[in-house]
Amino acid sequence: MQKKLILDSDLLDITLSRLCEQLIENHGSFENSVILGMQPRGIFLAEQIQKKLKELTKKDIPLGFLDATFYRDDFRRRDTPAKASETRVSFVIEGKLVILIDDVLFTGRTVRAALDAMIAFGRPEKVELLVLVDRTHTRDLPIAADYVGKYVNTIESQRVLVELEAQGYKQNRIWLINNQD
Amino acid sequence: MSKLSQRHLLGIKNITTKDIELIFETADNFKEVINRPIKKVPSLRDITIANIFFENSTRTRLSFELAEKRLSADVINFSASNSSVKKGETLLDTVNNILAMKVDMVVMRHASVGAPHFLSKHIKANIVNAGDGTHEHPTQALLDTYSIREKLGNVQGKKVAIIGDILHSRVALSDIFALQKLGAKVMVCGPPTLLPKFISSLGVQVELDINKALAWCDVANVLRIQLERQHIKYFPSLREYSLYYGITKKILDNLKKEIVVMHPGPINRGVELSSDAADSQHSIILDQVENGVAIRMAVLYLLAGSAN
Repeated sequence: MQKKLILDSDLLDITLSRLCEQLIENHGSFENSVILGMQPRGIFLAEQIQKKLKELTKKDIPLGFLDATFYRDDFRRRDTPAKASETRVSFVIEGKLVILIDDVLFTGRTVRAALDAMIAFGRPEKVELLVLVDRTHTRDLPIAADYVGKYVNTIESQRVLVELEAQGYKQNRIWLINNQD
Repeated sequence: MSKLSQRHLLGIKNITTKDIELIFETADNFKEVINRPIKKVPSLRDITIANIFFENSTRTRLSFELAEKRLSADVINFSASNSSVKKGETLLDTVNNILAMKVDMVVMRHASVGAPHFLSKHIKANIVNAGDGTHEHPTQALLDTYSIREKLGNVQGKKVAIIGDILHSRVALSDIFALQKLGAKVMVCGPPTLLPKFISSLGVQVELDINKALAWCDVANVLRIQLERQHIKYFPSLREYSLYYGITKKILDNLKKEIVVMHPGPINRGVELSSDAADSQHSIILDQVENGVAIRMAVLYLLAGSAN
């Protein structure tokens, strides 16, 4: 198993700052905006982004966690049913500008499920997608991210591993892993 | 692992503690779903479920049907009273005919002990036992223990008294298995004629005095007197039963502690439980009903979820 570092702690920090600046550029005062972190791994990134935006804009943007497990299209096509995580959305999505956040964009199927899951809470005015890593050329569906931390060219057998301090790792690092032996 | 050890839910006896915990965790998520403005998820949209009830039921059947619909499954209902069973068709033929119409899961209630177990040996569909005679009623036990966990934080170490008609109750047996698997201490209490002789061999305490049982327990699960199954007289009169074993608010208020009162329904008000006790702050009867839908959604989701 080969491991290649694609983002280290310092670079990740710079990347997050850039993503926040881009969000500020588009959302201005964030008056009508909400952040939705996707379970299970997007929530850590969403928390960091919300915290950073608070430092930069002094605004407390509503943050929710969205679990799309029950909306997945691979039910009964996997060996075991996917395990659900908590959904915690304490605000109304109706009419809001939603910033959907996940760590890695791969096939796009999770995002598709998340869009379905989101509609159960109301009709958003607009939905944008922010991802830390966009794996290009691996999409199964016509889905694209609006804000991307880093584009990585990968093939299907590879895996992107995001390690964040908030998840209990020693430092923030992102790896590209080759699964072939 | 997020997979059950069994393909069917026939009883609590043959599932593992891990299975129960997985069902609880999944039910937590579904409980959140059924409290949303849009209470439906598309998970089971390509699945057809047959609810086959050879015995009467209101709550369980509604609860299963609602759980199935909340998961977007297609549902067909069948009750024995208006079917060809009356014309002499066997159980296996009836079910095979239903399965020939491409049904993926069967939820069955039957008056005979072991009917779903028999069926599971002969058909391919997943089976959920919704009560077989006086044997087991696994989803009821799951929702009972889930409700205790929700109310008291944990089932481990809690003292639970099951009170009333133990002899005719499938809930009692499933509850005992579930509570013991989760580490609770179990007592059964009722008139000696309504306590089965084997019951102490299951490792439960037996108590005849309801006041002692209530003083001992954290949770009192009060069962219905099942008059429809009692073909001989087990006690002189309902009035006498209610005098000796009926729970009233006065009795609960006189206890030195708060206990939780449960009932699987339907309640015979004024017999095993007085109205003021059933509607008191001690009672979590309606929480049980709400949790029933979440638990059944979890069971159906987990059973249906594995690729064949």
